[in-house]
Amino acid sequence: MIKAILIFNNHGKPRLSKFYEHYNEDTEQQIIRETFHLVSKRDENVCNFLEGGMLIGGSDYKLIYRHYATLYFVFCVDSSESELGILDLIQVFVETLDKCFENVCELDLIFHVDKVHNILAEMVMGGMVLETNMNEIITQVDAQNKMEKSEFFPFFSFSLSLYRRLSFSLPGRTGRHRPVLQERPLVPYQL
Amino acid sequence: MALKIVKGSIDRMFDKNLQDLVRGIRNHKEDEAKYISTCIDEIKQELKQDNIAVKANAVCKLTYLQMLGYDVSWAAFNIVEVMSSSKFTYKRIGYLAASQCFHENTDVIMLTTNQIRKDLSSPNQYDTGVALTGLSCFVTPDLARDLANDIMTLMSHTKPYIRKKAVLIMYKVFLKYPESLRPAFPRLKEKLEDPDPGVQSAAVNVICELARRNPKNYLSLAPLFFKLMTSSTNNWVLIKIIKLFGALTPLEPRLGKKLIEPLTNLIHSTSAMSLLYECVNTVIAVLISLSSGMPNHSASIQLCVQKLRILIEDSDQNLKYLGLLAMSKILKTHPKSVQSHKDLILQCLDDKDESIRLRALDLLYGMVSKKNLMEIVKKLMIHVDKAEGTTYRDELLTKIIDICSQSNYQYITNFEWYISILVELTRLEGTRHGHLIASQMLDVAIRVKAIRVFAVAQMATLLDNAHLLTGNMQRNGICEVLYAAAWICGEFSEHLENPVQTLEAMLRPKVATLPGHIQAVYVQNAAKLFATILKNQEGNTDSTAAQETSQMMIDRLPLFVQSANLEVQERASCILQLVKYIQKLQQKDVEVAEEVSALFAGELNPVAPKAQKKVPVPEGLDLDAWINEPPSESESEDEQPKAIFTKEEPKHSRPRHTEVDEKELARRREARKQEQANNPFYIKASPSSQKVYQEAPGVEHIPVVQIDLSVPLKVPATTPSHPTGLPMSDQYVKLEEERRQKERAEKKKKEKKKRKEKRSGRGKKHDSGPESEEDITPAHVVDIVTEEMPENALPSDDDDKDPNDPHKALDIDLDKPLADSEKLPVRSHRAAGAPKSSAEDGEAENATPQEPKKKSSKEKRDKKKDKERDRKRSKEEKKKKKHKHEEKEEDLLGGQAEEPVVQSEETKEVEAQPTSTSAEVSDLDFWLSNAPVPSNTQEAATVAEAAPAPEAPAGTAADSEPEEPKDTETEESKSSKHKKKKQKKEKEEKEKKKKKKHHHHHHHSDGGGEESVQNGTVEEEEPLPPMSNYCLLAENSYIKMMMEDADQVCDIQGNLQDGSQVVVSVIFENKSDSFLKSMEFNVLDSLNSKLQRPEGSGPHDGLTVPFQLPPGVSNEARFVFTVQSIVMPQKLKGTLTFIVKNEDSSTHEKLDFKLHFTCTSYLITTPCYSDAFAKLLESGDLKSSSVRLEGVNMPFHHLLARICFHHHFSVVERIDSCASMYSRSIQGHHVCLLVKTSGQTVSIDAKCDEPTLLGNVLDEIKQTFSQC
Repeated sequence: MIKAILIFNNHGKPRLSKFYEHYNEDTEQQIIRETFHLVSKRDENVCNFLEGGMLIGGSDYKLIYRHYATLYFVFCVDSSESELGILDLIQVFVETLDKCFENVCELDLIFHVDKVHNILAEMVMGGMVLETNMNEIITQVDAQNKMEKSEFFPFFSFSLSLYRRLSFSLPGRTGRHRPVLQERPLVPYQL
Repeated sequence: MALKIVKGSIDRMFDKNLQDLVRGIRNHKEDEAKYISTCIDEIKQELKQDNIAVKANAVCKLTYLQMLGYDVSWAAFNIVEVMSSSKFTYKRIGYLAASQCFHENTDVIMLTTNQIRKDLSSPNQYDTGVALTGLSCFVTPDLARDLANDIMTLMSHTKPYIRKKAVLIMYKVFLKYPESLRPAFPRLKEKLEDPDPGVQSAAVNVICELARRNPKNYLSLAPLFFKLMTSSTNNWVLIKIIKLFGALTPLEPRLGKKLIEPLTNLIHSTSAMSLLYECVNTVIAVLISLSSGMPNHSASIQLCVQKLRILIEDSDQNLKYLGLLAMSKILKTHPKSVQSHKDLILQCLDDKDESIRLRALDLLYGMVSKKNLMEIVKKLMIHVDKAEGTTYRDELLTKIIDICSQSNYQYITNFEWYISILVELTRLEGTRHGHLIASQMLDVAIRVKAIRVFAVAQMATLLDNAHLLTGNMQRNGICEVLYAAAWICGEFSEHLENPVQTLEAMLRPKVATLPGHIQAVYVQNAAKLFATILKNQEGNTDSTAAQETSQMMIDRLPLFVQSANLEVQERASCILQLVKYIQKLQQKDVEVAEEVSALFAGELNPVAPKAQKKVPVPEGLDLDAWINEPPSESESEDEQPKAIFTKEEPKHSRPRHTEVDEKELARRREARKQEQANNPFYIKASPSSQKVYQEAPGVEHIPVVQIDLSVPLKVPATTPSHPTGLPMSDQYVKLEEERRQKERAEKKKKEKKKRKEKRSGRGKKHDSGPESEEDITPAHVVDIVTEEMPENALPSDDDDKDPNDPHKALDIDLDKPLADSEKLPVRSHRAAGAPKSSAEDGEAENATPQEPKKKSSKEKRDKKKDKERDRKRSKEEKKKKKHKHEEKEEDLLGGQAEEPVVQSEETKEVEAQPTSTSAEVSDLDFWLSNAPVPSNTQEAATVAEAAPAPEAPAGTAADSEPEEPKDTETEESKSSKHKKKKQKKEKEEKEKKKKKKHHHHHHHSDGGGEESVQNGTVEEEEPLPPMSNYCLLAENSYIKMMMEDADQVCDIQGNLQDGSQVVVSVIFENKSDSFLKSMEFNVLDSLNSKLQRPEGSGPHDGLTVPFQLPPGVSNEARFVFTVQSIVMPQKLKGTLTFIVKNEDSSTHEKLDFKLHFTCTSYLITTPCYSDAFAKLLESGDLKSSSVRLEGVNMPFHHLLARICFHHHFSVVERIDSCASMYSRSIQGHHVCLLVKTSGQTVSIDAKCDEPTLLGNVLDEIKQTFSQC
């Protein structure tokens, strides 16, 4: 089971938090802070597993994370999940985001957290892995987006897409514009 | 309307949307909180508007704010409003918000039930999907109960997208509403073979999650998972399954044996690291489970260790980490194989990655032996010196202590060395673990008597140099060590060389700066020291020394009397007054030493942490019994089968647990005893330890060898700038080395001598071999005082399970047939839109009750085989046990008559044989026993009249012997004579083997004959012979049909209403090596009994069997028959036609058979309470009849069990050799039996409201027993 999925940036600002177990808001924030604290002090070239923090988990739980550009993707999972499998799942997640947002960068996540949630919902449901095939995920996400669009007047959806284009197509993508998926050609463990 | 929408959209354009909110927050970095609070005000305004678009936008923003830590639960109702929007866009926003902030205590959740139900049955799959996703996050017990049935229906949705979500969410439903597990499980199981890989994967996921928590209930699925494992190519699925096997294999070592090969193959073949790793992990689990039983898995261990080494050597830190993790699992059972990689692991200690270093440390913990402990600790001490940053160093420190103290200091051969290590550790600056070191010092000094002299000396030095430790004083800091030092010096002061000096050190003014609790110990132990000094000095003629000591106490103690710490103050003033009084006496030349030391007499022994828990409950005291009568619950409920299940649940599962545990515990205890017996370190936990305490002389008889103090007791100065040369501990390492060498040499000498003495002897195998563990004797015999336990402590080691674990509720036996009461609650007014569900439900229910029973009967057959071997051996024991069993059985039969009898038999087996916990385990048994394939199945068939032998491999023939030809038999029925044979031209070789055919009539032959042959094969503990209701129906060279007793009636109520239905389960097994397809099953209807055919087909059309059979595979199909009158047995002729497809040709074949419905087929095991039974008999509506059976040579409970099993009765009551039994026909006839036995005669008096039926049933019973 996956207990929580957190995305935050290099400064610990949450970009997405999904808890599959209920905590109140304060505890959630504490968990995010604690997790950030644990993860951020680790070097780039160390393993991606961490025995869980105090707040989340306990002995059966592990934090499995990957660091992309300015973002940390952290999954808190118990021992029923394969560690390497989850690492691949994170990669699938990020690649899916990359496809859906066309060169995803932190800003996409900042402004479209709802979309990120929708994508995530096609991958993980209630703490269990629902789908790992990127194409299948994208098909479902696209189909739902299409439905959404069909429910509105064209100009409205147009204005949304225009908005995106204006705000992010900036030259020199650094910092929060830095594409998340640029440097790492990863060999999946799962193949 | 359209206008309104336009308006809404335009409104929305002017409102802030999520992006504006985010941008706003980013632009107000300084006063973020203030900005957000104005935004929340705006949102509140927006939520008040009628326009759903505005509301949705507001909710969307709230979701974002929730992520930032703002409580948005106040908007819960608005979220529900948005969820119920008809637009997908808004609905999705609503569900997302709900999934982020709803939880069990959100009260508006109860308003959502109908909305969710509506969405679940929406024609739009994405509405359904969104609802499922949302629900998975906030499902409550109420929602789970109300929606379980709807979700179950969705598990069979046409769209895989919905199916997989529905399957996955079932896990959450089970957690919240455990009652749903059993009714939903059959369908869930079905989904394991869903054509869509996503759905399949979801089902695997859910079942693995369930099984992980309660593995024993899922053992029976092992064959299915095994099949999936060997066929699936999806690594995600494979990993889950392999992990699941890892959880199952400890419960069933034979499973492990079966797994090793395919797993090894996977390890060799896969390129996926994740899969490789999980395979290795599971192989390790298997090896652990086999470690006691099976030798010769060294190849597998080697393979694992080798692969792990590759992982550890990989440059990928993740693989390295996992490799070490897995290695530590091997370590527990096969330390030797890991120890050879010590180099690699020590290397990992230098890794830059802390996680990896920690893992490597964990491994070291298990790698130590007596031989290498000192060496390893020495390495660690070097790391301690090098370690930067206190966290890792502290970790190292605790690991060193863990490593040394593990299993009661098992690996320490030289405690002087250990004490010096501890003393060295006190020099660490800024460690948080002073307390840990202190407790080790105390523990060792108290429990290892022989070391006290040395320890006291070391501690005295510590006290003397206390200023060095207190320099960096902090809470929990190293000064805690002084606590231990002071106590040890005080308590064992008789060993002090220079007590006065130590006393002086303890009373220095600087002590007052120590934490209060340490000062208190100082003061108290100063008094102890004082007493010892007095005692020493009083013997001397010169009394001034003693008086000086008193004076010193009187001078120094006032410092403590002024302490701010109450404890210190109180003790100090008390002792000060005491000393003053002593001084007075001393001045009068009175001898006081005796009396003063009496103040501190007595020895403190450690008490085991579990001591309290182990005080046994006095006999006759039932802590769970009500003192007063419990408040009466509605009694009528007792009549319902529902109450039956709840009532019996605790009865069952409890003892089962303890039994398993107990066995394991007994084993562990035995091992522990063994270990203690062989270990010179232990004195047995004899009552003496307690007495010793009172009468000190008792200690003398313990053989304590004088310590050879080859290291001068000049204790090192604890200055950080250590004097030259080796640290203390290293000197001991060296000395120990020398000592061992000497010892070895001596031993060799001795051995040589011995050999000379008896040269004729076989000679020693290992005279010069590598030094083994046992060869190292401890430097000196040290007795470790064992921890005290209360007298006659209970020998239980129960690990306490968390009673709040939600998974506990899911510990449900899934193999039990479903009871009527176990249905998912269905709304009476079903909303439109789920038309499919009712039909499907019916189908599901039809299917469910059968499956378990089928299995259980099958399993029995299989068991027989296994047991055959043990039979002879166990016969005698069995007799002895019989008496016991009978008693047990009585309880069981009495207590759970409500349960189908099959079950009660099984429970008995379970009782006797704690490892096989559920009915299906034995099914598994058969699958497992298949591993060593019985190659003589064919012979078995010819030799034994008993048909089931050849069918045994049926279930798994696929993997064991797919190519082997099987016997050719055609069957027919009636008496158990063989009649026909059919031979196929192509299969001439087979003919040789099998010309005979026999057929068996199900009841008669299988019930009796077969058992008589095979039944004796009962395992020692097993009170009852296995029984089967499957019998051979027909067989030829291609196919074999096994029929299960035609008794499986699915829905009793339904049957009672619409005439009667009987379901026949037929197993088809392909015995040829050709592919069989287009099977058609047809029966010639009689007036009375008709095969139910799908609507629109004619009365003579056959039914297509819904599957094809590849070679060696078997499958089961069920056919429903309608029966008009059930009072007479029926026979139906039938034919099975099928196409045999070879590579080059295909031929039509057919097989004839006869179905025999006995009257007992129409009986349903129905529970009945004795009072209801009595009323029934009194009513006078029943006609009676009776029958006598002669020469029945079996125990009474076997007899009853047989009637129960074969004739579907349940025992109402049993008194000695007399029992009343009850059953009911599918048309509602009551059948009551009174069975009495005396000697070999059994008389059965029976009553029934239908005499013909009764007559036939009795005949059949008679026939059953005439065949034994």
